[in-house]
Amino acid sequence: MAEAITFHYDVDGENFTSAGNASVQVKRKLRQLGFPPEIIKRVSIAMYEGEINMVIHASGGSADVTVTPEEVRIVLTDHGPGIADVALAMREGYSTAPDNIRSLGFGAGMGLPNMKRYTDTMEIDTEVGRGTTITMTVKVA
Amino acid sequence: MKIRELAEKMDLAPLSLPDGDREVEGFYAGDLLSWVMGRANAGNVWFTIMSNVNVLAVASLVDLSAVVLAEGVTLSDKDAASALEKGINVFTSEKSTFELCALAGELAK
Ligand SMILES: Nc1ncnc2c1ncn2[C@@H]1O[C@H](COP(=O)(O)OP(=O)(O)OP(=O)(O)O)[C@@H](O)[C@H]1O
Ligand SMILES: [Mg+2]
Repeated sequence: MAEAITFHYDVDGENFTSAGNASVQVKRKLRQLGFPPEIIKRVSIAMYEGEINMVIHASGGSADVTVTPEEVRIVLTDHGPGIADVALAMREGYSTAPDNIRSLGFGAGMGLPNMKRYTDTMEIDTEVGRGTTITMTVKVA
Repeated sequence: MKIRELAEKMDLAPLSLPDGDREVEGFYAGDLLSWVMGRANAGNVWFTIMSNVNVLAVASLVDLSAVVLAEGVTLSDKDAASALEKGINVFTSEKSTFELCALAGELAK
């Protein structure tokens, strides 16, 4: 079996205009590796939503992506406030985004539901005051 | 229909037009980015009043055929350059999102 390829990105919590850069780079890498467009779309949208969430809600974090021929695994880790009620956060339309963030077009409360919808597995490990780790996989075959 | 043709018929002003030969495959309207990301399909033309770098990210991730900024909204020079570099078609129009949708509906008949 071919070896796994890994990528690591630090997601800057201050810089809003660069938010999404890690997803864009992963998208480019997957394209170079010859993955099908549908897989690339699912991975990059799920990762983008998670990346933006780390910027908006957790002052940044890091992203680790592991690519094998079978699956793409995305692990997003932050040391933000954590999510008190995961079931509530997962609901379509639930958002705590502040007004200045909403004016940019965020805050539909659709990010986490999109991440769930576009991936095959998604696990949220979170603790208030400690931070959040979200692990998502997209199966290739 | 190609993007170039659509732009002519709807009187859209180009802000970035790297791929005028791209085929139009349906339309989508909305201003909440995650909503658009979850619902719009590849090839759609997207009508919105939002204009910032995240709009370009959504257009690129969903692989939209064009973004049309309604109500005379435009892009900053920096974002327009970035759109061109990313291969994203972006137009502006004085019409409202509703007027754009109505017009697109006529054309799609
Ligand atoms: N990494 C995180 N750390 C802390 N809270 C989070 C994190 N990610 C999401 N949340 C919480 O979950 C809520 C729902 O997230 P979701 O991504 O679905 O919506 P949103 O980010 O508010 O808006 P949208 O993604 O539609 O622009 C957020 O408003 C926030 O309260
Ligand atoms: Mg979100």
